[in-house]
Amino acid sequence: MSNLRMIWRKGLNGLMLTLTGVAALAVVSVLFAVLGYLIWNGGKSLDLAFFTQLPKGEGETGGGVANAIVGSLKLLSLAAVIGLPIGLLAGVYLAEFGGKTFSFVTRYTTDLLNGAPSIVIGLFAYSVAVIPVRHFSALAGGLALAVMVIPITVRSTEEFLRAIPNSLREGAMALGASKWKTIATVVIPAASGGIITGMLLALARVAGETAPLLFTALNNQYWSPGLSQPIASLPVVIYNYASGPYDDWHRQAWAAGLVLLSLVLLANIGCRLVINRRGVRSV
Amino acid sequence: MATATTTIERAAPPESGPRALLYRLRHGDEVAHLVTLIFAALILLITSMMIYELWVASHATRTAFGFNFFWTSEWDPVFEHFGAAPFIYGTLVTSILSLAIALPLGLAAAIFLAELAPRKFSDTIAFLIDLLAAVPSVIYGLLGIFVVVPLMRSTIGPALKSSLGFLPIFKGPNYGLGFLTASIVLAIMIVPYIISVSREVLLTVPRDQREAALGLGATRWEATWKVVVPWARTGIMGSVFLALARALGETMAVTMVIGNTPRISSSLFSSGYTIAAAIANEFAEATGDMHRSALMELGLVLFLITFILNGMARLLIIATDRGGGRPS
Repeated sequence: MSNLRMIWRKGLNGLMLTLTGVAALAVVSVLFAVLGYLIWNGGKSLDLAFFTQLPKGEGETGGGVANAIVGSLKLLSLAAVIGLPIGLLAGVYLAEFGGKTFSFVTRYTTDLLNGAPSIVIGLFAYSVAVIPVRHFSALAGGLALAVMVIPITVRSTEEFLRAIPNSLREGAMALGASKWKTIATVVIPAASGGIITGMLLALARVAGETAPLLFTALNNQYWSPGLSQPIASLPVVIYNYASGPYDDWHRQAWAAGLVLLSLVLLANIGCRLVINRRGVRSV
Repeated sequence: MATATTTIERAAPPESGPRALLYRLRHGDEVAHLVTLIFAALILLITSMMIYELWVASHATRTAFGFNFFWTSEWDPVFEHFGAAPFIYGTLVTSILSLAIALPLGLAAAIFLAELAPRKFSDTIAFLIDLLAAVPSVIYGLLGIFVVVPLMRSTIGPALKSSLGFLPIFKGPNYGLGFLTASIVLAIMIVPYIISVSREVLLTVPRDQREAALGLGATRWEATWKVVVPWARTGIMGSVFLALARALGETMAVTMVIGNTPRISSSLFSSGYTIAAAIANEFAEATGDMHRSALMELGLVLFLITFILNGMARLLIIATDRGGGRPS
């Protein structure tokens, strides 16, 4: 009787432990499936025209997405220019100056902003940057992405600044430096590797965002000079081409997907390796 | 020379008055404090502005329909009648179903990584799973359209129909697009969040808890399931809320595979619509102010729900960080 119960328990033990292993394996294999599909379908669709030409008219074969590649870079630069300084300084505040209650509230709000659905951030950017000027623009798209960059940058900056030992601050202050001088010339440079990595991760995260761009940056068949016109971007192109009816669009969607995914994953792998080597908990 | 003056001044800083302010300004600490404070406050400002903008922009439909907006199901931009029930239904069905798929899978994987796998191997796998979380959602949508939808049409759908077809949730025609497909894609997208948060939480469970259970004669599984997991349950709940918030707000992948028809159907094969998908599809082409206001109201609802869920998730995770979710 008790023997039977022991067998049951042992059996259950073996079964459940195996199942947990299978689950982990299944999830990891999804990553390889994603990579496999994109490399296979995207790889055979990539050609020089893809990188150098403008999209052809609807239904025509050939052409490329050069404008969307440049557009994505432009939107990301805008997001970086607007979002990174705000994120950096707010992070410095939280790590170096922050009081108790206000810091807690700010940190908490930052996390909530980080978790806000990207489509809602698009609506926000629409109301502050599209409605007043009455047209879609690269600026509105950059703003939407910047709002997403800020919370990620804040948290990573804060974390890396906190990882700097206090002895460094004390040393600088003992030499007569004021607090801001200590921060600007000792603490931030010491944490700069981590801070920059965190910023790159933030940009990598928003590089693939589509939803906030749908009604801010919209899309564009052509080049988009300046900041006040609608602009094409890789994620939006993937969305439009994948949901469209033409085979050649599907082909280019896979190719664009491969380009986007490689950039995002390479940035992630690079950044995370740097972070792990520094022994700081990743964000 | 400059340092000398500073030292003298520091020895006797003016107590008050404009000279004192000048002194402090010169040192810049107050300025730096103030400037960074302003940027920190900017985050609060942006967040409250978001709620305010959505609130104001949804004024027209809020006054016209009131709460009827949430439980009527007629969505007609031409006659300007807006009831959001199908979108809310679709959002709830897809997020709950995706959670039902992702939670067992994610928890099991997290248990494996935290309890069984050697640390180095576990870290490598966790690294790969973090990469899975970094894949842009439009890429999942792309794979959804060209891989999951055909698979659903040819394999998964028919299999479910032949084995469980008597259930009302598996009745009706199967075109590949619909609630079930969207939920599967969503589950793949949220599983990394469940795994990475749960794994971290499980790793914080003190070693002696495991040893005590094993010492009492429990098997490895019993020690894990009856001692370690209950200890970590608060944090695991946190990961679930986090994942749920993700699922509710996820836009692109769902838009690409759910079929985009505002319909309330008990069949999971039926095509549907979600709040986020409706905004993504209709907003840029919204014609009237009413239509735009209705979509803004949907955005507001979505934001508030995810706000609350994320808030609860953070509190739960903070609670576990501070000394564990000891079951009392």
